[in-house]
Amino acid sequence: MDKKRMALEFAGIKMKTPVMGASGTFGFGLEYADFMDINGIGAIISKGITPKPRPGNAGVRVAETPAGMLNSIGLENPGVEAFKTTILPKIKTIDTPLIVNISAGSAEEYGELAAELDVDGVAALEVNISCPNVREGGIVFGTKPEAAASVTRNVKLHTSKPVIVKLSPNVTDITCMAKAVEDAGADAISLINTITGMAIDIESWQPLLGNITGGLSGPAIKPVALRMVWQTARAVKVPVLGLGGISCWQDAVEFLLAGASTVAVGAYNFVNPRAVEEIAEGIDAYLARKGISQVSELVGQIKV
Amino acid sequence: MKKLLVDAVVISNEAVIPAVWKMVLWAPEIALCVQPGQFVAIRKSGGITFLRRPFSVADADPEQGTITLIYRLVGQGTAEMAAMHADEHINVEGPLGTGFSIRQGDKALLVGGGVGIAPLIFLARKLDRPVLLIGGKTAEETFWSEFLEPYAEKIYITTDDGSVGRKGFTVQALPDILAENEITGISTCGPMIMMQGVAEIAAKEGIPCEVSMEKRMACSIGVCLGCTFAGKSSGKRYKVCADGPVFPAEEVF
Ligand SMILES: Cc1cc2nc3c(=O)[nH]c(=O)nc-3n(C[C@H](O)[C@H](O)[C@H](O)COP(=O)(O)OP(=O)(O)OC[C@H]3O[C@@H](n4cnc5c(N)ncnc54)[C@H](O)[C@@H]3O)c2cc1C
Ligand SMILES: Cc1cc2nc3c(=O)[nH]c(=O)nc-3n(C[C@H](O)[C@H](O)[C@H](O)COP(=O)(O)O)c2cc1C
Repeated sequence: MDKKRMALEFAGIKMKTPVMGASGTFGFGLEYADFMDINGIGAIISKGITPKPRPGNAGVRVAETPAGMLNSIGLENPGVEAFKTTILPKIKTIDTPLIVNISAGSAEEYGELAAELDVDGVAALEVNISCPNVREGGIVFGTKPEAAASVTRNVKLHTSKPVIVKLSPNVTDITCMAKAVEDAGADAISLINTITGMAIDIESWQPLLGNITGGLSGPAIKPVALRMVWQTARAVKVPVLGLGGISCWQDAVEFLLAGASTVAVGAYNFVNPRAVEEIAEGIDAYLARKGISQVSELVGQIKV
Repeated sequence: MKKLLVDAVVISNEAVIPAVWKMVLWAPEIALCVQPGQFVAIRKSGGITFLRRPFSVADADPEQGTITLIYRLVGQGTAEMAAMHADEHINVEGPLGTGFSIRQGDKALLVGGGVGIAPLIFLARKLDRPVLLIGGKTAEETFWSEFLEPYAEKIYITTDDGSVGRKGFTVQALPDILAENEITGISTCGPMIMMQGVAEIAAKEGIPCEVSMEKRMACSIGVCLGCTFAGKSSGKRYKVCADGPVFPAEEVF
């Protein structure tokens, strides 16, 4: 891989490649160390961290659907304190930016959580205002522009780190949400989180998920994600992190052309635990073939 | 133990009974290091299913370089597996999870029900002639004893209809077996209700017991948190795929 060709800076985060592991699908990075050189990837986005530990939702939490999967984990995590004392020291040793994904129950709590995480070893915060699987917090903030803006302002106020706000696709007009968080000070926008969905077992007549509904991810959602990334990148000035259904380098190139400055791989890590590395290699080879000397030159180059 | 990702070659794939199949894969790196109770997550590239499917390793032969999976036909993924032929490739991720503990000098009793008997074959091979108790619905479901015979001291069988062995459930036969044999450790894999019954009797008798759990999982490596639960005695959050699938019984029941 040509290091110069692939390196980039995204919202002030220096990355070796434009391919990251997405929140909730990449653990804290170390889980993939057997499968690839985790020091050579773009960034690690942590599982969603909340102020207090959360056990997540009851019952079945994952289900396969055509070309993808539903999940209703419900933000299980050990809480910010355990994250800082037991997890962060271990992942600090990885020479890859760690972006911590955060969720909370109110704009004030988001701010307090951001302050707690304004520590060494954290490269940036990804503010999850789009989790479809928790009653309080999460998606409530992701569907109302004023609420999203207020969360963004509170986080910005309490951190020195770059703030990436992660948008939900479960809205009518994604650009409206994007502009609201940009105006509130977001340094970057990531999208999309999962699309709310469900599945029913026709033998038992029961929903497959304990939580009844869940978030759809995987190749099934790629066209939706790509459309939303394209709309958003045109509507805002801040850089965009594109994700949703990426499974191969060709998918990633589409997102870059649509206007994403960088991309993340989610559910496909479960299928191919080497995906993050292999996709970066594929992009690099593509750039070489196209005679493009820097990956950033591809961003937003869709011809319409 | 390092987790590997290999393209395995199907050596053989055949029905043991119509509903249960046996697949032997050439995967020498995995055969060399896998331990009883661990599992693999497999996927046929170009198949119609999305996620990998988890299967216990039912046997491993480091000399031949093979691992054996014994699987029940359930849905699309296992149907896809059954349609595979020798020389075809299948992607295998493993060894995954934490398997059974193998304590020196133990006189072990292995209790299995249904397809949960699969990992007990590999475990029996690694132990010093354990006693086995296996249960099935009908005579057809007791083919497992054939796989277990070379490694077992004794095999007790129960069937729901009494067509082979003792009539009734495995748990009902357990007290007599414990009276007849000096058992110092129990390992069990099968339906939760069966394992719970085994665990209760083991606890009463003061015999250490471990159980192998099965839960829906997406990643199989401890990142998606689809398969977590709270330990009964410790309250600790466990991941079935990474901390298990084998757990001390007192953490589950
Ligand atoms: C650690 C572990 C070890 C296992 N070992 C064996 C084994 O040795 N032999 C065997 O026959 N089966 C075993 N299973 C169960 C096996 O994984 C499922 O039967 C199989 O995934 C069904 O796939 P399918 O596509 O045919 O069924 P579908 O019902 O179409 O599968 C849909 C989804 O549900 C999941 N799923 C369905 N049933 C189960 C189940 N019982 N447990 C977990 N996930 C399930 C599938 O993986 C898939 O993601 C094991 C499960 C686990 C978790
Ligand atoms: C099992 C699972 C857990 C997830 N957990 C989180 C989370 O904690 N925080 C978050 O912002 N997104 C979470 N996501 C969403 C992903 O980061 C991503 O936005 C989404 O899955 C779409 O990308 P994909 O199609 O590549 O998976 C999760 C997704 C999955 C599949």
